[in-house]
Amino acid sequence: MTVTSNDTSTEAAPVELVTFTIDGTEVSVPKGTLIIRAAEQAGIQIPRFCDHPLLAPAGACRQCLVEVAMPDREGNVRPMPKPQASCTMTVAPGMVVKTQHTSAAADKAQQGVMELLLMNHPLDCPVCDKGGECPLQNQAMSNGRTDSRFVDVKRTFPKPIALSTQILLDRERCVLCQRCTRFSEEIAGDAFIALQDRGAHQQIGRFDEDVLGFAGAESSTGPVDRPVGEAATDSSGRPFSSYYSGNTVQICPVGALTGAGYRFRSRPFDLVSTESIAEHDANGSAIRIDHRRGQVLRRLSGEDPVVNEEWITDKDRFAFTWQSAPDRLTTPLVRENGELRPASWVEALEVAAAGLAAARRDGGVGVLPGGRLTVEDAFAWSRFARTALGTNDVDQRVRVHSAEEAAFLAHAVAGSGMGVTFGDLEKAPAVLLAGLEAEEEAGVTYLRLRKAARSGTKIFSIAPYATRGLLRLDGTLLPAAPGTESEWLDGLRSGQAGDVDTSALTQPGAVILVGERLAGSPGAYAAALRLAEATGARLAWIPRRAGERGGVEAGLLPGLLPGGRPVTDAAARAQVAQAWGAEVPAEAGRDTAGILDALASGALGGALVGGVELGDLPDPEAARAALDAAGFVVSLEVRASEVTERADVVLPVAPPVERAGSYWNWEGRVRSFGAALESNALPDHRVLHVLAQQLGVDLQAATPAEAHLSIAMTQQEAWSGDRVAAPQDVRTAAPQVGPGQAVLATWRLQLDAGRGQDGEQFLAGTAKQPVARLSPATAEGFGVADGGRVAVSTSRGRVEVPVAVTAGMVDGVVWLPLNSVGSRVHATLGAAAGDLVDVSAAQVAPVAPTSDNSERQG
Amino acid sequence: MTLTPVLTDTWDKDRSWRLATYERAGGYGGLKKALRMEPAEIVQAVKDSGLRGRGGAGFPTGMKWGFLPPPDGGPRYLVVNADESEPGTCKDIPLMLASPQHLIEGVAITSFAIGCDHAFIYVRGEVLHVYRRLLSAVEEAYRAGYLGKNIQGSGFDLDVTVHAGAGAYICGEETALLDSLEGLRGQPRLKPPFPAVAGLYARPTVVNNVESIASVPAIVANGADWFASMGTEKSQGHGLFSLSGHVTRPGQYEAPLGITLRELLDLSGGIRAGHELKFWTPGGSSTPIFTQEHLDTPLDYESVGAAGSMLGTRALQIFDETVCVVRAVSRWTDFYAHESCGKCTPCREGTYWLKQVLHRIEAGEGAEGDLELLLDLCDNILGKAFCALGDGAVSPITSSIEHFRDEYQAHIDGHGCPFDPSASALFPYTPKTRTPGALTGAGAGGH
Repeated sequence: MTVTSNDTSTEAAPVELVTFTIDGTEVSVPKGTLIIRAAEQAGIQIPRFCDHPLLAPAGACRQCLVEVAMPDREGNVRPMPKPQASCTMTVAPGMVVKTQHTSAAADKAQQGVMELLLMNHPLDCPVCDKGGECPLQNQAMSNGRTDSRFVDVKRTFPKPIALSTQILLDRERCVLCQRCTRFSEEIAGDAFIALQDRGAHQQIGRFDEDVLGFAGAESSTGPVDRPVGEAATDSSGRPFSSYYSGNTVQICPVGALTGAGYRFRSRPFDLVSTESIAEHDANGSAIRIDHRRGQVLRRLSGEDPVVNEEWITDKDRFAFTWQSAPDRLTTPLVRENGELRPASWVEALEVAAAGLAAARRDGGVGVLPGGRLTVEDAFAWSRFARTALGTNDVDQRVRVHSAEEAAFLAHAVAGSGMGVTFGDLEKAPAVLLAGLEAEEEAGVTYLRLRKAARSGTKIFSIAPYATRGLLRLDGTLLPAAPGTESEWLDGLRSGQAGDVDTSALTQPGAVILVGERLAGSPGAYAAALRLAEATGARLAWIPRRAGERGGVEAGLLPGLLPGGRPVTDAAARAQVAQAWGAEVPAEAGRDTAGILDALASGALGGALVGGVELGDLPDPEAARAALDAAGFVVSLEVRASEVTERADVVLPVAPPVERAGSYWNWEGRVRSFGAALESNALPDHRVLHVLAQQLGVDLQAATPAEAHLSIAMTQQEAWSGDRVAAPQDVRTAAPQVGPGQAVLATWRLQLDAGRGQDGEQFLAGTAKQPVARLSPATAEGFGVADGGRVAVSTSRGRVEVPVAVTAGMVDGVVWLPLNSVGSRVHATLGAAAGDLVDVSAAQVAPVAPTSDNSERQG
Repeated sequence: MTLTPVLTDTWDKDRSWRLATYERAGGYGGLKKALRMEPAEIVQAVKDSGLRGRGGAGFPTGMKWGFLPPPDGGPRYLVVNADESEPGTCKDIPLMLASPQHLIEGVAITSFAIGCDHAFIYVRGEVLHVYRRLLSAVEEAYRAGYLGKNIQGSGFDLDVTVHAGAGAYICGEETALLDSLEGLRGQPRLKPPFPAVAGLYARPTVVNNVESIASVPAIVANGADWFASMGTEKSQGHGLFSLSGHVTRPGQYEAPLGITLRELLDLSGGIRAGHELKFWTPGGSSTPIFTQEHLDTPLDYESVGAAGSMLGTRALQIFDETVCVVRAVSRWTDFYAHESCGKCTPCREGTYWLKQVLHRIEAGEGAEGDLELLLDLCDNILGKAFCALGDGAVSPITSSIEHFRDEYQAHIDGHGCPFDPSASALFPYTPKTRTPGALTGAGAGGH
């Protein structure tokens, strides 16, 4: 596949080099390089524990001591009296470094430190998760004594401490390198463990009111997020809740921090590792899948400096059991006498092809591929819709969507190649977030934003309240009720918003990140484009799902063909037709809502549905009714779902772990991965290929290689014709909020009731408890207090959750998590962000509120 | 050599800690003079006087002030290190108790000299009486117009905050002190940046010992030459020598640097009657011990260094022949194990191990090879730790084995301590012996 790569405007500044000598070899490295990094570049490994390239130097473990000599004023090289920690000292011109390889003193210093580290370390390697991949074990072998002289009493601790349902701490294994505490402070910003006590009793500890004489945890430092499961309190006294805690397990150089799900499950040397790409969001994080005998046992972060560095979210790390859930489809199913029954591929394909052909004659087939496809699949779906079904009734969006959004994507995103990158975020003077709660909806993007914020990038967020995530970015809230985002976007063009100085947004390199939720805010996408044009800021669209960016590229929208080509443009159609060897229908198709309406009314004869959860649609009830009414439904799915229940033919497809493929992440970067597990399961493109054969069409997507060739044919030259016009400004009157009503604000939490997290109980315990957020004035208006219960209702149903009164929130707005246990907004209320809902104090809570409002749900 | 009472001049006066007493003795003359000088002149005078840091390291005070970057309009701080916690060291606490205005005048002059308008005094938390006395002395100084706004009509503003630590030896390390003062857990910081560049709240900061700052007023009042006329060529001025232990009259002896222990013993009535000197520390427990052969070593930075120890804080702990050196060193090691901050491996784990080995030897459970083990452990700690505390922890062990190896060996060979601990006590005392059973969990348990 060819990728048009914009020349990123980074003029490489000349790097000043420093020449020094290490172990007798002269080496030149960039100025400011730490000795330990320079040694790596020279191929010399210095043992270390506290050192981590992405964390600030600590110099705590002293394992990396080396001998250093420096030239004095006359140029005579004089040895420094003490060995130096190579992880804290930068190279200097003329410096002479001797590591353990050439210096007996350095070697003895390292062996001495190693012996001291092992002295209090338990010899439980045979039962320790880290055994076999343990830096302490390995370096004890390479840089330690053969035996210990310690015959006295070891320090012990009770074991282990559960920091959350997911993370366990065995203190006696800890070598106090502080990687975990530095990670949570420097990277994630949600510190939950800290060094406590001193001397040999120093330990990594959780927050303890008794130790610290702490009074009053609920401080003014922002909204509190309580996890569903039991958790230790974080360093500010709140229950620990982090989406990044798994990284501490991975960077722990010993087995002190372990994950509950993997603990005692496997030995590293029994595992087969496959590099892959995480499927849970649009970041395309590099991961490593560790599996044994066809079963995935854990996932780790991969290393990719330009994307996720070495960090992933807990969701990407721990949520993998969905792919082998008990409701996995293993064989094609065909409906007979109202019941689905297993069928052979041959039979199922024949029935499906015949049914689709009939449905096409009977008004046409609507195509709903879903937003989680690989690029190979997305192009196959796009081509299948256009050539095998002859329709533009195709839309990947299984969420709130709008015609304005389709126009925006076609105008500004499709065919634009690599745009804003993760690296650009770091360099930006300012980043504006609109319709995007980065920590919840784009996990590692949040970490990059935090890295940027720590080095001076100003973060602005248009949202109804300042989340904990935004506060940890030191960000500025531009308070907006849902639906009014465009007012801010227009107002920001001047570089001054009210009394907020937003001039950094007008400086070169500024970035606007818009999320898919802007589809629910009329005029917002158009306003974002205008703002980008007025300020020169670069614009990037960050969807939630892994497949949506690639789907836009493949033309999985009713008015869009591959590469940003408008359906309505004859030349564009001609190019695609030539690539595909078949005519492309000329009239723009229906979007998701239109397809569902047409299925319900019978205007469409049938539907071809991919990975779609009906509960993700703004009105799941209507979607169910539409599929129930549809004449003929073919479903391509990994697991049984509400769609397969309603399908006439179900064709099982492979989950990511059992297939090769690639995603385009939100940057537009190709993220390819291979199959981790051997499997007979077929990817979507292969299934569509054989289904197309039944319909007499060659989809040229039988294998990944053929699918790539097929993609390349549409991408041979970039589309140079007219693009779809920018969306028109849409203005809607602000809703009239009556008494007892509020405007609904809602978005998905990273950990929620999504089916991608099924089967991971430990992870589920770290999800946030659902609460309804109200401003103090609004809460008072409804007569509810913090910790009390509130009912949010529509004519369709009601959600009853605890209230979290949130200072600084926009008045007249109620926020609910979109799809959490106990708060399924679309399914229960049939409502979406910006809709009016009724709010009232709920009847007496079943449990009396505790003093710290921490009313928990089971 | 005779005593040179400067800081101790008014200690015997009635209510010596009162501002009025201090003023009657000429106090605050230095500040009044300083306020008429250029700040740079004061810095130069302190440089010329040869005053070196009295907290132990002996770094030239004026030079330290000179490391501050040029003013950038932002705040810069003076922090007085009054966290005196070293075993044996007991000079700053009596000084602040008997004559706190010496320190406060010094703070005012130094702040004026370095362009600081908010100074901090970080007092060791356990000495509540000193903390109270300092608070009241600062209050008196405010009322008299020596602190606060427009001091003595000069236009110079200065606020002084007295802060009590929470009881950690490590907070005497200047960067750990700064962390603690900022409200963090006291552990030493990575250097660079040094406090002069990024200290308290990441601003340029001078951190000085109490005695150093308290010496400044007299230097300004009497001139650098007056100060430099005392002491030796490279160790100039007066200093407090704290004699403790088996001396007839323990206490503070303010004398020119370069005085010898023999002279100090003459002044203090000698070793307790009927006994003779066995070993002593020249500057607190972190300085390698001396013996009789060092009685005539001049107590200045250079001579003590040349003799294999450090002048340190001039805390002379005197031990006579009744004292078991293993027992004394073991107690010091207990202290270092208790006070190790835990940040770095060598100090944290090393002191934990050393403590257990010394306990074993003292209890008669020492094994052949334990002395080599002790010396090798000390070598693995010395120079490898994050800050100087690790080095300090091994000094008494290595120096005592050097001077008294036979005594250690006797503990091992004889399976017990040949000394009677009650003989070294100055009061009726029945020692608690360390029985083998009591060793169980010794390392894991308390301190």
